[in-house]
Parts: sequence; C-alpha cells; structure tokens
Amino acid sequence: MLDKLDSGENANPWVREDIAGARFKVSRKAFVDEAILKLEREQVFDRCWLYIGHESELPQINDFVARSVGGRDLIFNRDRSGQVRAFYNTCPHRGAQVVREPRGNAMSFQCFYHGWAFNNNGAFATRFKDGNYPPDFNSDGCANLKPVTRLESYRGLYFVCFLDTVESLHDYLGNACEYIDLVADQSGAGMEIVAGEQAYSMRANWKLLVENSADGYHAATTHQTYFDYLMKATGGTADMSTMGGGDNRGNRGVDLGNGHAVVEGYAPWGRPVANWIPPWGEAGKVEVARIRADLESRLGFATADRIARKSRNLIIFPNLVINDVMALTVRTFYPVAPDFMHVNAWALAPKDESEQMRKWRLFNYLEFLGPGGFATPDDNEALELCQKGYRNLKEVGWNDISKGMLRAEPFGDDESQMRAFWREWGHRTREGALQGVGA
Amino acid sequence: MSGVATLTRLGRSEAEDFLFHEAALLDEWRLDDWLALFAEGATYEVPPANADDGVRSAESLFYIADDYERLGYRVARLNDKGAHAEYPRSRCVRMISNVRILNQTAAGCEVSSVFITFRSKADVTDTYFGRHRHVLRPVGGALKIASKRTALDMSSLRPQGRVSIIV
Ligand code: FES
Ligand SMILES: [Fe+2]
Repeated sequence: MLDKLDSGENANPWVREDIAGARFKVSRKAFVDEAILKLEREQVFDRCWLYIGHESELPQINDFVARSVGGRDLIFNRDRSGQVRAFYNTCPHRGAQVVREPRGNAMSFQCFYHGWAFNNNGAFATRFKDGNYPPDFNSDGCANLKPVTRLESYRGLYFVCFLDTVESLHDYLGNACEYIDLVADQSGAGMEIVAGEQAYSMRANWKLLVENSADGYHAATTHQTYFDYLMKATGGTADMSTMGGGDNRGNRGVDLGNGHAVVEGYAPWGRPVANWIPPWGEAGKVEVARIRADLESRLGFATADRIARKSRNLIIFPNLVINDVMALTVRTFYPVAPDFMHVNAWALAPKDESEQMRKWRLFNYLEFLGPGGFATPDDNEALELCQKGYRNLKEVGWNDISKGMLRAEPFGDDESQMRAFWREWGHRTREGALQGVGA
Repeated sequence: MSGVATLTRLGRSEAEDFLFHEAALLDEWRLDDWLALFAEGATYEVPPANADDGVRSAESLFYIADDYERLGYRVARLNDKGAHAEYPRSRCVRMISNVRILNQTAAGCEVSSVFITFRSKADVTDTYFGRHRHVLRPVGGALKIASKRTALDMSSLRPQGRVSIIV
C-alpha cells in the first residue's frame, strides 16, 4: 500500500523498499531482538484486532473457553442471556486466574483463592458480610470480571482488541472480508470448528510463520515428499501442472491492504468443498457434485467455481491465518520470545457436512497440516533453520523479499503477500525504530 | 479359532518382548521393519495432547490418523531425505514400561504401556510421554499390530512442536 510507505529519513530502518530498483529487504534484527519484540507487543499486538475464537465454539448458553490472545489470558463465553462475551481471566480481588479448565459450561465462575464469584456476564456475585467493605464497594464495577476492551465479530469469527479507540473490525478487515466470505459461504447451514485443537509451538520468530503461511514459493521444494505422497494416494491423477508456479492459470498473490494478504490459485489436492479425488470413490463423486450444486444455487456459478476449485491462504494481520486448502484450518500464533512462538490450530468445516465427508476432510487435513502432517513439520524445520541462520546477522543482516516486484499482478509464487505484511509491520513499528529501539 | 487360543497364551513378558523390539526398531530407524510389524488394514493414531481417551479421528482433529495405506506413505516419506524435519535424522530413545494385558478378544489382545521418548536433534532434546495402546493379533504365525494408538499425556505439544517421529 503506497499510502503506508514511509520513505527517506522517515523510513523504518528494518524494512527497506526500493520500488524503482524492485528490491525489498527486511532486517534480520526484526526476528531476534528482545527490544523489537517489546515494541511489537506495544505497537502491534496491543493495537490490532486479534482472533479469539469462532461462534461455533460456544453453541450453548453458558459455554466458555479459555484462550490466550495477544499475551493475555481471556475467557470467551456465551452468557446466560446468550450474548457472546470476553473477559480478562484474572480475579479483580488479587489476581488469580479464575477459569482453569480449557472449556466447559458454567452459569458462573468462581475464583477458588478467596472465593469471589461472578455471573457469566461478569457481574460480581458474592455477598460480603456486613462491615468488611463499604456498602457501595462495587458501585464502580471494581469487583466484576473486567470485559475485554473491544469484542466484535465478522461471519462467526470473533476478534478482540485491547485499544478502545481502534476502528471497527469490519473496517480493519477491509478487503479481507471478501476472502472470509468465501470461507463462511461454504455452507448454507454455517461453519463450525471441529472438536480437537492442535496446540503446538515452533522455535522461530512468529513473523516467519506469517510469511510461511501464504508462501507459494516454497511449496514445490519444501513439500516435495507431500506431493510425492499425493501423487501416489490419488493414483497418479493429481493435477501437478497447478504447481508450476509463474503465471499458472491466474494464480495470484494479492496485497489486501492493512497488512492482510492472500494467495489464491489452483492446486492438485482434493477439497471437501468441493474438488473430488479418486480415493473418495463414486459415492464421493455424488456427494461432491451435490455440494457443488448447492454452492451454485446459493452463490452463482462464478463464486461457486472459485470456492470449489481454487485454494486460498489468507493472512489477517498480524497473526491469523485461514488456509482454505485440502482442508480448512484456522491458525493463530503468538511470540513467547523472539525465537519461540505458541501456535493454535483448528479445523473449520460446514455444520451440515455428512459423516463421510467430515471423515475425508479430517483425513485430508492430517495429510498435510499440523504437527504430525506430511508438510507442517517440514515448515517448522525451515522456520527453525531461518532462526538459526539469523545468528549470523551481524555479517549477513538482510532477508530478500523482492520476488515479483516488477509484476503489476504478482503471481502466487511471488512474494507480494509477505511484502504486504512487512509494509504494515514497518509502518506500525516505525516510530519506535526511529527512536532507537533495538539500535 | 486357533488364533484366539494363541492369544490367550500371550503373557505380559511376550507382550513386553514385542513392544521392546518395536521400540528398538524405531530407535534404530529401521522403519521398513517397523512397518512390517503391522497387519494389513491396521491403523495408527496419535490424538492431540490433552485429548480425552475416547476421541475418534473420524469426528475430531488429531495429529496423526493413518490407515494402513497412509502409514506406508508415512514410512516412505520418513525414509526420504526430503522429510526435512527428520533430516538429518534425530536420535531417539524410547522407554516402554508398565505393560499390561487389558483383554483378549477375537479381534486381538489389547496391550497398554506407558512410554517416555527422548528425541535429540541439533542440540535440542525433547521429551514425549504418554500411553500406547496396541491391539496385537497373530497373522500367519507371527504377532502383528492390528492397531496402535499413542496418547500424549502432555497438556500441549510445547515445546516439542512436532510429531515428526513415530513417538
Ligand atoms: S484472588 Fe480471587 S478471590 Fe482472592
Ligand atoms: Fe509449507
């Protein structure tokens, strides 16, 4: 986004964009420096909309889940009147975490330390003995669970923000809404998070996973063994010509603005919604045709065809990834240290999916995605190798992210997605950088 | 069925011998030999850390849920240098203990064990621990794995981050 470009004296020293020369460089310091991580916490994670969860994770009244988001511990719940809420998971008394189970159903929450209790709308619900506190003790709400500063949703995806003056979630998502719609519209009955969570970690800087999550460039090399598998598992029918890169059937990387980006294009794998592969057999063919017909009747041919046959890797700045590939994954991550991140990933699926298709979907998910997949562990290895490589940063200090800069419409295996992210990141950290953070 | 008769004679020490042998094959990266321990049609599953015991891979997200065919592809992949997460190969030691015969049915003999697996690579050592649940069945005179499920009794996969080995 050119309007976000800060140039000359005011340029962020960690992100160097030379448009005329078609060069884009990022300082490796951005991946290793404690002071830069602190700056990111203040300028990025304290100020951006961050994904907390999906509405389907709270199907019943009084459902709750505990989530770590942006360095905070939060309660994400549906209260007794059905309203979705988010609270800081800390007792207003002396601080103990109140909710200790990862999920559950409860009318109220109680801190076990001294017993303060709260309705699940946050209201303090313990009667003190007379004389211990003034009668108007909670008149300012100081004994209630504190609601998260901002909580908004788009198409079932809930986000929080710790900055009260932030723009609306809808404005923040901007052009990314179109791509969230392509996920949310995959079923007329709505989408749901499948049971089971992959909570893992990587010994790498969090921004390496942002880059990797929509990186069309690395697929053919890093994931050769996955494609070998796919070829065999589909009886040789997987259309590997989609992996050719370049201007292949309009595969594109798109800067969506605000740091969001997407790579969209054709791919050789099966898609539960809705691209048939031989292992699903004749029954699967009928089912995929039914799903496809439903898409067409609801959304028209063009959108249905786009959803069914194209894959998308979407980055929502700063740390949400929705990969709509051989399965659908929602993934978020957060830096614990410059060289260590926590990752949480879930599978998203149509609520009205058949038992058989759900089975195929999860089988597909695990063929590529997650800590035991045929691909993600190799991504993890690549990211950790990058992190190790940065030990040499004093002598070899810059990453190159220039691929495809000369093209008006960069290809899916170019690096425009990463440049979109880094421009926003550079914009948000610029002041700190100019004030000498990490110098 | 003679198989059942054979099974009822499977004692703990035989089960232990089998599991210790399996662990040694994995420690030595003899993956083809390891795969040969499985009966055709066998399954291999690793539910996510912290999952309930009863979760089913058909309706819940796992780390690994291989049918027999994909288990073969998993081994083929791990034998390839292109499985970058395990190249160069990690060094591992698998400790198996608390072996118990849970029950014997026509489907096979259900054996539970606990494990600690150490995985070391490039100066980083990770520890995995949990329970294996094997169903063992004689096939053509040899004991084979009809199913194996490895439950990680860790609250998350942190800091290990991956199940790129056969735990
Ligand atoms: S800290 Fe919660 S009741 Fe005291
Ligand atoms: Fe990858």
